[in-house]
Amino acid sequence: MPYRCGTMGDMPSALPDGEPVPDDGALPAQALTGAADRPLGFYLHVPYCATRCGYCDFNTYTATELRGTGGVLASRDNYADTLIDEVRLARKVLGDDPREVRTVFVGGGTPTLLAADDLVRMLGAIRDEFGLAADAEVTTEANPESVDPSYLATLRAGGYNRISFGMQSARQHVLRVLDRTHTPGRPEACVAEARAAGFEHVNLDLIYGTPGESDDDWRASLEAALGAGPDHVSAYALIVEEGTQLARRIRRGEIPMTDDDVHADRYLIADEVMTAAGYDWYEVSNWATSPSARCLHNELYWRGADWWGAGPGAHSHVGGVRWWNVKHPGAYAAALAGGRSPGAGRELLSEEDRRVERILLELRLREGVPLDLLRPEGLRASRRARSDGLLEQEPYDAGRAVLTLRGRLLADAVVRDLVD
Amino acid sequence: MPATPNNVPEPSRTDPALIRNFCIIAHIDHGKSTLADRMLQLTGVVEQRQMRAQYLDRMDIERERGITIKSQAVRLPWAPTHDKNNTHILNMIDTPGHVDFTYEVSRSLAACEGTILLVDAAQGIEAQTLANLYLAMENDLTIIPVLNKIDLPAAQPEKFAEELANLVGCDPDDVLRVSAKTGVGVDALLDRAVRDIPAPVGVKDAPARAMIFDSVYDSYRGVVTYVRVIDGQLNKRERIRMMSTGATHELLEIGTNSPEMLAADGLGVGEVGYLITGVKDVRQSKVGDTVTSQAKGATEALGGYKDPKPMVFSGLYPLDGSDYPELREALDKLQLNDAALVYEPETSAALGFGFRVGFLGLLHLDVIRERLEREFGLDLIATAPNVVYRVVMEDRTEHVVTNPSEFPEGKISEVYEPVVRATILAPTEFIGSIMELCQTRRGTLLGMDYLSEDRVEIRYTLPLAEIVFDFFDQLKSKTRGYASLDYEPTGEQTSSLVKVDILLHGDKVDAFSAITHKDAAYAYGVRLVAKLRELIPRQAFEVPIQAAIGSRVIARETIRAIRKDVLAKCYGGDISRKRKLLEKQKEGKKRMKMVGSVEVPQEAFIAVLSSDDGAGSAKGKK
Repeated sequence: MPYRCGTMGDMPSALPDGEPVPDDGALPAQALTGAADRPLGFYLHVPYCATRCGYCDFNTYTATELRGTGGVLASRDNYADTLIDEVRLARKVLGDDPREVRTVFVGGGTPTLLAADDLVRMLGAIRDEFGLAADAEVTTEANPESVDPSYLATLRAGGYNRISFGMQSARQHVLRVLDRTHTPGRPEACVAEARAAGFEHVNLDLIYGTPGESDDDWRASLEAALGAGPDHVSAYALIVEEGTQLARRIRRGEIPMTDDDVHADRYLIADEVMTAAGYDWYEVSNWATSPSARCLHNELYWRGADWWGAGPGAHSHVGGVRWWNVKHPGAYAAALAGGRSPGAGRELLSEEDRRVERILLELRLREGVPLDLLRPEGLRASRRARSDGLLEQEPYDAGRAVLTLRGRLLADAVVRDLVD
Repeated sequence: MPATPNNVPEPSRTDPALIRNFCIIAHIDHGKSTLADRMLQLTGVVEQRQMRAQYLDRMDIERERGITIKSQAVRLPWAPTHDKNNTHILNMIDTPGHVDFTYEVSRSLAACEGTILLVDAAQGIEAQTLANLYLAMENDLTIIPVLNKIDLPAAQPEKFAEELANLVGCDPDDVLRVSAKTGVGVDALLDRAVRDIPAPVGVKDAPARAMIFDSVYDSYRGVVTYVRVIDGQLNKRERIRMMSTGATHELLEIGTNSPEMLAADGLGVGEVGYLITGVKDVRQSKVGDTVTSQAKGATEALGGYKDPKPMVFSGLYPLDGSDYPELREALDKLQLNDAALVYEPETSAALGFGFRVGFLGLLHLDVIRERLEREFGLDLIATAPNVVYRVVMEDRTEHVVTNPSEFPEGKISEVYEPVVRATILAPTEFIGSIMELCQTRRGTLLGMDYLSEDRVEIRYTLPLAEIVFDFFDQLKSKTRGYASLDYEPTGEQTSSLVKVDILLHGDKVDAFSAITHKDAAYAYGVRLVAKLRELIPRQAFEVPIQAAIGSRVIARETIRAIRKDVLAKCYGGDISRKRKLLEKQKEGKKRMKMVGSVEVPQEAFIAVLSSDDGAGSAKGKK
């Protein structure tokens, strides 16, 4: 997966194949059985960026106006209204589902390219249609260069209580390779501004393994990030995705490709520095100062809960039905303007699909996977992984497969064996 | 186009004096099949509108590669220009051209009194043609030298007529010049066949004796056996006996080919035709065997019968283990039509269930493998071909090794390997590089003769194992494709041979074991180990790759343990893709072969066992 500006939403550039979504977006009846026992979250996608970063292959656009079919104009200025239309569609589709919304996450793109009032209105629509839980977690991603104290204050007053800044690196030369425009030091300042504005939870996103980055550069970035005092840090290995500017530059030999072993070393450094500073891993790429500092919204993804993803290309999941919206903002706006669901395709997960997804997602978590989810073959593989030092002994004895530090670096290989 | 002549003698009632039996000896591409096509047209046995190129080559592979694998026989009526009123019967026996099939060639020659030596007027004679010419001379056949393709701008008929005249011992003017393509000179050639080739001589009233020179499986008719009657007469509906086995069969049909099968009342002295007995397996109707009548049959078989002996072995394994039953079935079917094909089940720790298959030579191997893949839709891994070794231990016990992994451990006294006499024809400018190549392949020079001013025949004794191992490719590349090669087995020799094993993470990979000369062992080990290091992906643990002779390690590389195999992020929109990627990776894992605890991609086996490692080097071999 690529790393992306903004970072934490859910918007890979290519959509899967699937069956069509009905025009009214209706879900099969079984999707809502037992819904009351599952938390419900909202992801809101903002597909705009000021510039496109060289490593980004996500569904984001630098133009402020995009024309859809039938001449419908999708512009940054009316984007919030379009998205609110989908929130209302969600209300219709979910019918008399009584659930309040537990988490909202605004990602992109660069959500903070919209006016703060727009972000507040989008959240307001969710509150109006569904109601927000009293302790709801409401996050937005933010670009360090596009926020200031008054912007932050507006968000906070409008109900946002968590903010995630794309810091990536503390080193100028690393930021340059990534095409990031902010100046070193600015993200750390943002953390202070967010705290001052009353944000309870603040995250910094980091990228390691950028070509040209040294171990020391990475340590410096980690220390700068932790020094700013966020309660949550995400650290991702840079992945060079085909079709990006960065991939072209590497292919032409302008910059070197980072070796997987270097990625492994950087990950070890990250875990060491963060653990020492009191940040514990709770997912392969995420660290938090306490259980309450974890990102609840992301935990919905990882634990198979329900979420509605609104916006072009956004993915949703309700009760074993997963669907995704059309990618282009113009087509997206045109669908909603015509009273149709912007859903481009969907899949109905089989029992086995859901079992496999649980293993591949939950194994990435500190709590791990219950061993009773495994079949005999997978169980045998888990014993091998345990004796190879990829799974922790103590939780294993208590019936859970939990990755060791080395196991985290080989999580995908372990998953491949465990799903057998 | 000439019509079939009138008053054509019928089978079983043909005066031997009117019969001429001949074959055509030619190098691949020198136009044998095209010449046969012209003869079919000129004698009127194939009508113009039914004519297609290389009419007699039945298998797709034959037509595509332009080589004849199985011989055919056609009865052609011909009223010669000098004797218009006497329609003769020409039996043309189409011989295989390749060295692997020397035995079949020799049986075809034994069915003839004469041969047409067909040589490309732009190329001159090639090694295999020469080998077959010598065979024909040994059989006392009348030789009609012919230069083909005289219509080509590059043709040098004067030069090559001289060369042929020297070889055959005739006057250059006696060398016929034809163009099989345009038909020029073909009628004169047929006239010459009638004039020069002796009529067959046999005892009409003796017990029937017919020699089998080919045996072909036909899915509708069972085995079709091609015979040349030497003495007596075979009649329809009689019972016949195969003299090597004593088995008797009902003669369901007897007849001749012109060129399609045409039933007849029988076959008399000197005649060539086919028999159908309903047997389903060519091994019951072996090339070289003598057919006689069950009642009052002959007591003495014709000479020259040999069981075909495989010279080269290779392990054939289905890429997908579940195709094993299909592979067995396919081999069973091919064997119906190929008495020389032998195989037995074999299990490889690395490759699973397969067969050790014996072949007459590399082309045979290649043709069989290609037919298995093409006609039966199988994907195969073939291990590097090897020869048969005889290992004598110090306690004088003996092992015959057809698979390198079975090379015995313990105290070995001698190892014997098969050797061949190789004949190489090439332009003189390449003498140096050819000798250098043969020298590095443990060759011993036997002699050298100039065929003409600029062409030379070089003879070497070489271990067959060296030829099996990419010799021909090397020869071609060192002579820019000008050299031709022929070889015949001449026995065995003792050599300093060792088995090199490849160990992955301490486990022997049987498929990679090889028997090499001790001086070449180190290079083999280093090369294979380096190649495997590139081909095997990193595993969860460090994997040493070693080459060893016995317990002595001669080369080593290490594949470092993989340290990172995890996607950095996995959020809501990534889950479907990630699950599908996982499914794809699981598929990929299925294609991995487990060698001990190491996952080896099948591509690694294929890459190591094929291309520059010998197997497949027979491709395009001429």
